[in-house]
Amino acid sequence: MTQPAPPAPHHGPGKQDTTGPAAAPAKTAGPARAFGLRADVRNLSLLGVLAVLVAVGGITEPEAFLDTGNLQLILTQASVIGVVTVGMTFVIISGGIDLSVGAMVALASVWATTLATQEYGFAGIAFTAVVVGLAAGLVNGVLIAYGRLVPFIATLAMLASARGLALQITDGKTQIVTVRPVLDLGLPGSYVLGIPPLVLIFAAVTAAGWLLLNRTTFGRRTVAVGGNAEAARLAGIDVRRQRLYLYLLSGLCCGIAAFMLVVLSGSGQNTNGNLYELDAIAAAIIGGTLLSGGRGTIVGSVLGVLVFTTITNIFALNNLQSDVQQIAKGAIIVAAVLVQRRSLRDDGT
Amino acid sequence: MPETSRRGLLFGTAAVSAGAFLTACTSNEPKDEASAPDGRPAAADDKPGTPVTIGFAGPQADHGWLNAINVQARTRAEKYSEVTLETTEGSNDTAAQIGQVKTLINKKVDVLVVLPADGKALTQVGLEAMKAGIPVVNLDRIFASPQAYRCWVGGDNYGMGLNAGHYIGEQLKGKAGAKVVELAGIDNLELTKQRSQGFADALKNYSNIELVARQAADFTVESGQAKMAQLLQAQKQFDALWNHDDDQGVGALRAIEQAGRDEFIMVGGAGAKSAMDAIKAGNSVLKATVLYPPTMAASAIDLARALGQSKGVAGLAELEIPTSLTLYSAVVTQDNIDQYLPTGFS
Repeated sequence: MTQPAPPAPHHGPGKQDTTGPAAAPAKTAGPARAFGLRADVRNLSLLGVLAVLVAVGGITEPEAFLDTGNLQLILTQASVIGVVTVGMTFVIISGGIDLSVGAMVALASVWATTLATQEYGFAGIAFTAVVVGLAAGLVNGVLIAYGRLVPFIATLAMLASARGLALQITDGKTQIVTVRPVLDLGLPGSYVLGIPPLVLIFAAVTAAGWLLLNRTTFGRRTVAVGGNAEAARLAGIDVRRQRLYLYLLSGLCCGIAAFMLVVLSGSGQNTNGNLYELDAIAAAIIGGTLLSGGRGTIVGSVLGVLVFTTITNIFALNNLQSDVQQIAKGAIIVAAVLVQRRSLRDDGT
Repeated sequence: MPETSRRGLLFGTAAVSAGAFLTACTSNEPKDEASAPDGRPAAADDKPGTPVTIGFAGPQADHGWLNAINVQARTRAEKYSEVTLETTEGSNDTAAQIGQVKTLINKKVDVLVVLPADGKALTQVGLEAMKAGIPVVNLDRIFASPQAYRCWVGGDNYGMGLNAGHYIGEQLKGKAGAKVVELAGIDNLELTKQRSQGFADALKNYSNIELVARQAADFTVESGQAKMAQLLQAQKQFDALWNHDDDQGVGALRAIEQAGRDEFIMVGGAGAKSAMDAIKAGNSVLKATVLYPPTMAASAIDLARALGQSKGVAGLAELEIPTSLTLYSAVVTQDNIDQYLPTGFS
């Protein structure tokens, strides 16, 4: 650290470059305008990918793809994993990783759908899901921030134990929800101006995530910790507490997602949220979040989720079998990242 | 050293066979007299016999059907006062399960019942048990070598598809240009291929029916809901749906409710309690389910007990229990639901 004055946390995002190019790694350095521009270019190229996908869907299956019902379906299916991805984006920007998101969704959903919880109706189920998500996130956060466990290990342990606990709670059984208001929330009767409530929750979480990352001290601290934790500490940021909050935030998102999944599927099962960790990480990375931390956008992540969901939708509409789907999905991930790279040739990464 | 053990093995086998032969002969007598008029096995079988310790290495119960397997095995063993069940913790982990079976061998149980996480991978430990003189009842997922088990009992995946296809074929008879949709299970499992093959073969008998779409889900409620929602979007109108698994069927039914569709009939698979309740109520598209009965675990305990006591199977002419027993995939509809409801699992 040759530079004596790392950024004060209360400065705007534009002031970030006061660290100076020499002090911070390339990923956090560079003029603020360029940083913003880069993010825009990434998102634009993702929008381009999305546009190509829409064209493919529209050409191959014009009737089924280009219809309101299908748009509602794509957005609904993006909602649950989308909320998880918003939380994951914060964690990855801070230089961490959360492998336990799928397991936390499973645990929160089965806890929320036990018969005991169902007795308390809508509020009981929603409250339990969120509280269990928060509690699991708190354990992750404490282990990582104060137990000094590597995030990879701590959340891997949570992945295993939360899934085990979910299995224990359900005894392998599918817990079917009978609370009508919860079920009704997933039916067309509850759509607001044609928008499913789950999509509205997703939109609200996305907006909140964007504000939190781009307009608050909390967001700037997150970027600072991910860019250079030591510099952030010297700047007076309580790095540990920040990390605790971030895993708590991821747990909260999982709790909300668990409730949404209960609404969508009408049940709680210990297999819920299977492989969400990979989907959320992949969406964030495609959305331009740097796996080593320090950079990422909520809009990019959400676009990443939409790209994935749209691909799945087009595959199913064209009745592709799962082997072809998997190969094509892998190819498209690589293609999407390559397209981003091309449009950022001067990026130096 | 190998010389002696081989001799010992041969002698042991001869002794067991002779014993089985003698017991079968003697125990045949009352059977002939006590045979019920409906051809059901003589009640003599339920009477306590010589004590038997059965080692049970079951699956990890992370799915309704697998959980039912463990429950069926446990409750069946409790029914017999002379049977002791040594259960290992259920496992999806091949290495862990091999260790568990070895522990049971070391404990010198009389008979082993194994539902392997992976039939091929557990073949070796099955052979080991057989060599140690412990007869193995292989449950459902089959070992790679017939030498690794004394008796195999399991379901008929091909038959599930076949019977589902025939049921749908009969329901849509006379309907020209009928469209059928298939919601399959996990595509990389052999059993899924067999179920789909049986279904396709059955549909070949009905020239008026076309399979218009097939998507694979993951046997979970979540995947069932997601894949079914897509199928419903892709197919604006069809006449029948075959869903391979009732657990993912919970999600599929939810997607159907969300899409507000009811122009088709749905046939499920496996025989979950929730599916049977829906069939009985008759207020949804679900009209039937094709069984893959978890009672096979109870039958495996019966067979293990008979092996341990060197008895045959009542109601058959054979002196020994058969080497393989494939269960029938009955079609459960509103007409026969009361008969099958007790076997429904949740």
